[in-house]
Amino acid sequence: MKYLHLIWAALFRSRTRTVLTLLSIAAAFLLFGMLDSVRVAFAAGSSAGRDRLVVASRASIMDSLPQSLAAQIEKVPGVAQVTSTTWFGGVYQDEQNFFPNFSVAPNFFAVHTEYRIDPAQLAEFANRRTAAIVGEALAQKHDWKIGDRIPLQAPGYPQQGSNDWNFELVGTFSIADDKRRGEEMQLMFRWDYFDEANDFSKGRVGWYTVRLADVNQATSVAQAIDALSRNSDHETRTQTEQAFSEAFTRQFADIGLIVAAIMAAVFFTLLLISANTMTQAVRERIPEIGVLKTLGFSGQSVLWLVLAEALLLIVTGGVAGLALASLLLPLLGAASGGALPLSGVALQTWLIGFAVMTAMGIAIGLLPALRAMRLKIVDALVTA
Amino acid sequence: MKRLKKMAVDVGVVVGLVVGLVVWSALSWQIVLVIVAALALWLVATQRGRQTLAVAGVGLTSLPQRWGASAVIVTGIAGVVVVLVAVLAMAAGFQATLAGSANAEGFIVLRSGAASEANSSIAREQAGLVAALPGIAAGSDGKPLVSAELTQVVNLPNRSDGSDASVSLRGVGEAAWTLRPQIRLVEGRAFTPGTRELVVGQGALARYAGIALGDEVELGQQRWRVVGVFAAGDSHDSELWADNETVASTYRRPAWQALVLRLSDPGAVDALRAAFAADPRLKLDAQTLADYYAKQSAALSALIQQLGTAIGLIMAIGAIFGALNTMYTAVARRAREIATLRALGFGGMPVVLALMLETLLLALLGGVAGGLLAWLVFNGYSVSTLGSNFSQVMFQFQVSPELLWNGLKWALGIGLVGGLFPALRAARLPVTQALR
Repeated sequence: MKYLHLIWAALFRSRTRTVLTLLSIAAAFLLFGMLDSVRVAFAAGSSAGRDRLVVASRASIMDSLPQSLAAQIEKVPGVAQVTSTTWFGGVYQDEQNFFPNFSVAPNFFAVHTEYRIDPAQLAEFANRRTAAIVGEALAQKHDWKIGDRIPLQAPGYPQQGSNDWNFELVGTFSIADDKRRGEEMQLMFRWDYFDEANDFSKGRVGWYTVRLADVNQATSVAQAIDALSRNSDHETRTQTEQAFSEAFTRQFADIGLIVAAIMAAVFFTLLLISANTMTQAVRERIPEIGVLKTLGFSGQSVLWLVLAEALLLIVTGGVAGLALASLLLPLLGAASGGALPLSGVALQTWLIGFAVMTAMGIAIGLLPALRAMRLKIVDALVTA
Repeated sequence: MKRLKKMAVDVGVVVGLVVGLVVWSALSWQIVLVIVAALALWLVATQRGRQTLAVAGVGLTSLPQRWGASAVIVTGIAGVVVVLVAVLAMAAGFQATLAGSANAEGFIVLRSGAASEANSSIAREQAGLVAALPGIAAGSDGKPLVSAELTQVVNLPNRSDGSDASVSLRGVGEAAWTLRPQIRLVEGRAFTPGTRELVVGQGALARYAGIALGDEVELGQQRWRVVGVFAAGDSHDSELWADNETVASTYRRPAWQALVLRLSDPGAVDALRAAFAADPRLKLDAQTLADYYAKQSAALSALIQQLGTAIGLIMAIGAIFGALNTMYTAVARRAREIATLRALGFGGMPVVLALMLETLLLALLGGVAGGLLAWLVFNGYSVSTLGSNFSQVMFQFQVSPELLWNGLKWALGIGLVGGLFPALRAARLPVTQALR
């Protein structure tokens, strides 16, 4: 630590060169911060869903399940509660305003406890046939107040030949977890209204969500639920909520692989740029290193000084890049209208970033440091 | 006064650079070729030009001394070009796959308001009414060229790890083969209508297990036999095809999802839409197959393109800093050499231009290397994602010449920005000080 001033001064010997290298490093880590945060956002599970299973059609999420299955699932030992969700796909005014909307069973909010809602509003939901509940963020976006009429166009589910559906807003829910704020962009209404009013689909739900009595029994309960529908025309696959969303995301794109590939290319070129800078820096300061050694610095100390300089260079640039990323990410998340749940750079990303910085610092500093260590004082001083 | 003048010149240079970059990004390769030819002529013919060539020659022959620093520019720019071309190739491949080959005569009829086949439902009576409308082309057997289609998502195991994947089983009418001329059978034969026979797409065959020619596979609790393989060159490659009535009865589907048809002439679509509007039983929409698929891919490919450009931009900025670094160091190292040249009488402009030429040449090398690498590694690389009905769509990266030219433009743009300011600094070197 006492040599920090020396190392800092050495770094800024050639100000232009150091500043430009720092900017390159910052750009690389800015990219890393942003890409890795997207990866983390897609992979995010939350603690609230750990005691829940999703029961969906084995063939495809697009297929429906019979509503009668609910009673059978409830009887399976280990099942505390069962609720259903059915995709509606309604459009509000314009396809640009897309947000997910579903019809749900009465106990939906009792099972999804992370959607916090006023009990009085929930009671109103149970009373009114055409009631709808939306997330706070969605209500804010469209400036909806309690009591407003929300018209949706549902091309998939006409009622009496028309695609128009009208709902009455009776309440809003909020989510505590920052990372899942995007889920507030949803609308839920009553499944019994949907079932009765739509022309074609009767007695079918999209998927069931089961709350377990004991988290450790997840596998056995899942198998028991799947056994109920084996060899029927509606075979199910039951898995934890986490596994369900991971499987879904994996089919969309192997995002981890794409991010890793891009960052590998970026860091490789960065390695070359910084290594070049460090080599030049040491080469120019050979006489100075000779002087240091004359003064009594051992070879080992010189090694550590050069390594520390390389590390300081990378860490300064890297922290600057990640800090910039954490400033830009919330802006990106807001601009995407909640589609990308980005609130900042996660701890995971910082940790991986620091690991990469350390590895890089050692990689680029090692050879120049070894060279400095092995320098003979006489040779060093002659190179004036 | 002098400092003010210097600042004004600097600002002017920056503004000129920005304008230059904007113009550069809009140029086509023909115009650039003309500019390069004009430049080459100037270099060889005029006195200033020959001075520039001489200085550039000195710089280039001494390049091996600075190969480390030069490698920085070349690799930095190559990295940017590889990533940019790869991501844009992904977007282009996805769009091309969904668009399929140009099929201007094919039309698709969906229920009114449906965004895609998955949301659409067409009753059998409606299909009969549509087939009887005037304006629909007739096949060689005299029957109207209309294929009633429905898609059922089924589960098949991935060849790679045995995990389940969602695959589209498309029930088609007899006219489907004629209506989609880009699709041809490569192995086996077409399915016999009324039987549980399947024809699988090449992409599906490559990716999923258990559907090779002659295999029996269980779908919808019935056994189906694979009797043929087809190649489509578009998203249909990821599908399994079977007789529409058989699929409908196996999965107890009462209605179709789409009607694919051909009109006797493309102008007849207006008459068709008028017929739909006039008949209250026909709440349907008609659009060309090309438009339909363009809409399906629009959102995702736009997203990929924007992402790719954003990533490329950040990487380019990083590469610019790297190039600036190298060139400033080069100018500092060769200060004495440049000052000597100035003292000998070489003007300021030849020195600037020579340095720029050197940087641009390195950038060109990086751009070409990056483009070549991207083409070698990524062209034709197969990848899959979820389509509009939540089944897998396979597509291939498409590294086109246009994309490579785009990458080259970025490379030269980076070289331009990275070389300009160091070159200006070289021109402003105080000769007497540098010679000391």
